[in-house]
Amino acid sequence: MIAHAIFFYTFSIIAVVSAIMVTASKNTVHSVFFLILDFISISCLFIMIGAEFLGMIMLIVYVGAVAVLFLFVVMMLNVAQQKNQWFAGEVTSKHIPVGLIISTLIFFEIIIVIGGWKYKPEIFDINNSLANTSVSNTHSLGQVLYTDYIHVFQISGMILLVAMVGAIVLTFRQRSGVKKQSYIKQISRERAEGVEVLEVQSNKGVKIDD
Amino acid sequence: MTEIGLGHYLTLGAVIFSIGIIGIFLNRKNIIVILMSIELILLAVNINLVAFSIYLGDLAGQVFTLFILTVAAAEAAIGLAIIVVYFRNSGTIRVEEIDKLKG
Repeated sequence: MIAHAIFFYTFSIIAVVSAIMVTASKNTVHSVFFLILDFISISCLFIMIGAEFLGMIMLIVYVGAVAVLFLFVVMMLNVAQQKNQWFAGEVTSKHIPVGLIISTLIFFEIIIVIGGWKYKPEIFDINNSLANTSVSNTHSLGQVLYTDYIHVFQISGMILLVAMVGAIVLTFRQRSGVKKQSYIKQISRERAEGVEVLEVQSNKGVKIDD
Repeated sequence: MTEIGLGHYLTLGAVIFSIGIIGIFLNRKNIIVILMSIELILLAVNINLVAFSIYLGDLAGQVFTLFILTVAAAEAAIGLAIIVVYFRNSGTIRVEEIDKLKG
């Protein structure tokens, strides 16, 4: 139990500090690195608490795909030199008190709700997808994911497809003035427009005008 | 203190959620950092769902975390594509200079 507490506090302190650094870091590339650190420590917490499938999926999806996508865009747009200043400039200063007040209010509201929360098992019937302790987490998740939640699973696949098509359509750019190979033009070429039979006269040769 | 319960995880989720809100409000320079703050908020929601799922013994929370993960990935891809297109058209993604909708 003491080991659980030590690991929890270590990982959560790393997660909170790196979350602060994501918003406070001056360099956007550093923000992305701290975001990666945040995701990794949270996925360690997930694995530790017993949701190992979600921890691994977090590692694969967030660190492997989303954070690298962020890093790619940050590097491509060349905004690394463009400093990310919090408290500089006149325009920004009026947002800071409002933002801090609203954020602390939200935090204390959530804390009050957590402190006054009491679970009443007789209100809800949660026995329909009770976690089975005899099989692993991944196994039991798969058992409910492909049976009870199959429609939501399919819809999430459709969401990913639409997002992929949308991202490609948004960023696709047709450039003018680029020479391209046109297969249909090559295939549909006839003999008459490609070959001309000439009568070559002796000692004169062939003269091509155009 | 050494007994880690549901409240500890919920508090961690609340802290990260609030940091994400602070990031959205206070960051006035770069719109990519705002997208990263949204990712932090979704992460906090995921922490809450997983903690409830584990401590109440109901797998629905983990299934929904999976779907939130999917939607977050799609949202990041679309948002970054929009940012790339905007940067190509206007040459800047600084928050205070994006005011075309003001008219």
